[in-house]
Amino acid sequence: MTNNNNGLTEFAPMPNTEGYFGEYGGSLVPEQLHQVMQDIDKAYREIRETPEFKKELQQLHSYYVGRPSPLYYARRLSEHCGGAKIYLKREDLNHTGAHKINHSLGEALLAKHMGKTRVIAETGAGQHGVAMATACSLVGIDCEIHMGEIDIAKEAPNVVKMKILGAKVVPVTRGTKTLKDAVDSAFEEYIKDTENTLYAIGSVVGPHPFPMMVRDFQQVIGEEARDQIQELEGRLPDALVACVGGGSNAMGLFTAFLNDQDVNIYGVEPAGKGLDTPDHAATLTLGKPGAVHGFKCYVLQDEQGEPLPVHSIASGLDYPGVGPQHSYLKDVGRVEYISATDDECLDAFMTLSRKEGIIPALESSHAIAAGMKLAAEMASDKVIVVNLSGRGDKDADYVAQRLGL
Amino acid sequence: MSRIQTCFDALQAQGRKALIPYFTAGDPDKANTVAMMHGMVEQGADIIELGIPFSDPTADGVVIQQAHLRALKNGANLSWVLETVKTFRETNSTTPVVLMGYLNPIEIMGYETFVETAADAGVDGVLCVDLPPEAAGRFRSQLVEKDIDLIFLIAPTTTDERIGKICSQASGYIYYVSLKGVTGSATLNTEEVSQRVQHIRNYTDLPVAVGFGISDGPSARAISSTSDGAIVGSVLVKEIAAAAQAGQPESAVGRVGEKLAAMRTAMDNG
Ligand SMILES: Cc1ncc(COP(=O)(O)O)c(C=O)c1O
Repeated sequence: MTNNNNGLTEFAPMPNTEGYFGEYGGSLVPEQLHQVMQDIDKAYREIRETPEFKKELQQLHSYYVGRPSPLYYARRLSEHCGGAKIYLKREDLNHTGAHKINHSLGEALLAKHMGKTRVIAETGAGQHGVAMATACSLVGIDCEIHMGEIDIAKEAPNVVKMKILGAKVVPVTRGTKTLKDAVDSAFEEYIKDTENTLYAIGSVVGPHPFPMMVRDFQQVIGEEARDQIQELEGRLPDALVACVGGGSNAMGLFTAFLNDQDVNIYGVEPAGKGLDTPDHAATLTLGKPGAVHGFKCYVLQDEQGEPLPVHSIASGLDYPGVGPQHSYLKDVGRVEYISATDDECLDAFMTLSRKEGIIPALESSHAIAAGMKLAAEMASDKVIVVNLSGRGDKDADYVAQRLGL
Repeated sequence: MSRIQTCFDALQAQGRKALIPYFTAGDPDKANTVAMMHGMVEQGADIIELGIPFSDPTADGVVIQQAHLRALKNGANLSWVLETVKTFRETNSTTPVVLMGYLNPIEIMGYETFVETAADAGVDGVLCVDLPPEAAGRFRSQLVEKDIDLIFLIAPTTTDERIGKICSQASGYIYYVSLKGVTGSATLNTEEVSQRVQHIRNYTDLPVAVGFGISDGPSARAISSTSDGAIVGSVLVKEIAAAAQAGQPESAVGRVGEKLAAMRTAMDNG
C-alpha cells in the first residue's frame, strides 16, 4: 500500500515483484516448480502489454463471452428487502455461466503463447473446469481437470460438459476428496511435466504470479460495474458484495473500487452449518495466517498447522485457504469479511429465483444472502452492487432434492 | 563440527558413499518409529531423513502421500516428531537426523520454538520442501545459531544462477532431485545425473546427495558412484505400507532393513 499525491490509499500496484501483498502471497513452491513460475511470470508480464494480446482478449470478451455483462437493478428483490437498491452484476450470463471464463481465456491464451501443449487445472464446483475446458477447445490445446470424487458426484452436469468439451477429468480420491485435494493432485501432475504443461489455477490463489494474474483477468468485472453504476445512478455505489472462495470473483469486482474510500466492500465467506461448528469454510473469519499450496494466506488449520477439513454447501467455496490479497485487505481493514450459512444461502437461492426469475449458483447465493441482509439495514436511497458470479443450473437438482421440491 | 559433516568426512576417508533412507515419522505407527530409525542404522544407513507428517505434501507422489496420511491418522505431528528424535538420541549420538517437511507446521509452531526444540532433541538438519532460499532468511539465521543445517533441493530445471544462490545458502549437503516428477517416479538417467552433479560441484564444496527414483542395489550403486550419497524413500515406504496393510506394523523394520541392506552391499562392493 502506498500513498499517492492526493494522500489517498493506492491499492492497485500490488503485489511486489516477489509476489507479496504485505506479508501474504509469495512463491513457496518446491524447487522443481520454481523455474516454471518465473517463466509464467515473465511471459505474462510480456504479453499483457502487447496490443495483440489485449485486442484478442477484448474481442473474445465481446463476441465470445458476451461482455459487458449487464448490471441489473433487482427491483423486486430490493422491495422484498425493504432498504437499499440492489444491483446484480450478471456474470451468470457469461458464456459457460460464471466469471471463471474471464481468467480461463487469459490463462489458455498464455499457455498457447508459451508454447505449452497441455493445460491442467483443479476444480471445485466444476465451473473453473468447464471454463478451462471451453477455453482450451477454443485455443486448441489439451485440457486435464482434477476434481474431487465428492464434487464429481455433486456436480454431475459440469463433469459431463467437461467431457463433451474434450477435457480429461481426473477423479481425486485422496484426503478430503474435494477442492483442497484436487489442488494437491494437480500440483503433483504439474511437477511431472512443467515443460509442456501450464497449471491454470482457478482462483486468486497459489504461488505468484497466479493471484496477480487471475485478478488482472477478472478486473474487468469491476471496471464495467463502475462505469455502469455511474451511468445508471450517476454515482458510485455505497457497498459492494461478493462471495469469497479463493476470491477471484470478489477481487474482480473489488479492484476497480479499492481506492474509492466511500465504497464499503464486503466479502462473504461460507459459514456452512454455523461458525460455532467445525463445518464451515470461513477462512478469513476464523483462520490464522499460514502457508498452503505455495503461498501465505489465512488458513483454517489446527494448532499443529494441519489444514482442517472444511465444509460448504457450495463446492466452489469449500477451501481452507484464501487469496493473499484478501488476507492483506482484511488486515488493513479495507474489506470487511462476513459470512452466510448454508441455510441462508439456500434461502437466498430460492428468493432470487422467485422474486427475479434468476437462479443463482450456490456460491453466488452467499453474496445474495449477505446483500439482502445489508440492504435491509440501509436506507432506500443507498445502492448496493452484488456480484452474481454464476448461474445455478449446476445446482438445481441438488437444491430440489435438498428442499424436497 | 556438525554430525552431518563428520559423517561425510568419515565416509570420504573410507572411500564410501552415504546411504540416506527416508520415511515418514509415525508410519506405520508411532510405537515403531524409533525402532525403525535404529533398524535403518543397523542395516547401513548413514543419515536418516525423517518426514514430518503433513496432509498436503505437494511434492510427493502417492506412496509418500499415503504415508503422511497414515502418520496423521496415528496422531503423529511435529511436536511428537521432535520428541521422537530426542528418544532416538538417548541411544544413538552419532547418526545425523534430518527433518524433512513442509512449511506450515513449522510456521505455526514458530521458528524460534521449533529451532530450540529441534536443537535440544538432537536434530542435525532441516529440509523444508516449500521454503525456497529467497523466503528462508529468518529461519536460516535461527538455525545457523543452533548449528542446524538447512538443506535445499536442486532440480533438473534449476538455472545456473539459482544453483549459485542455493549453494550460497545451503549447508550440510545438497539434495539433487534426479528426476522430473514427484517422489516415487520411475526411470533414472545415470549419465545425465552424473553430469548435473559434476556441474553443481562447480558451485559448492558441500557433499551432493541424489534422490528420487532409487529403487534397489544397482540403482543405489549407480547413483552413489556419481555423487556423495543416495537418498531412498518411496521404495522403503512401500514396504512400510505393505506391513501396515498386512496388519503387522512391527514387521516394517525388518522389511525396510532388508531393502537397505541390499543397497548397502551394492554400494560398498562397487
Ligand atoms: C459461480 C462461482 N462463484 C464463486 C466461486 C468461488 O471462487 P472465487 O472465490 O475464486 O470467485 C466459484 C467457484 O467454483 C463459482 O463457481
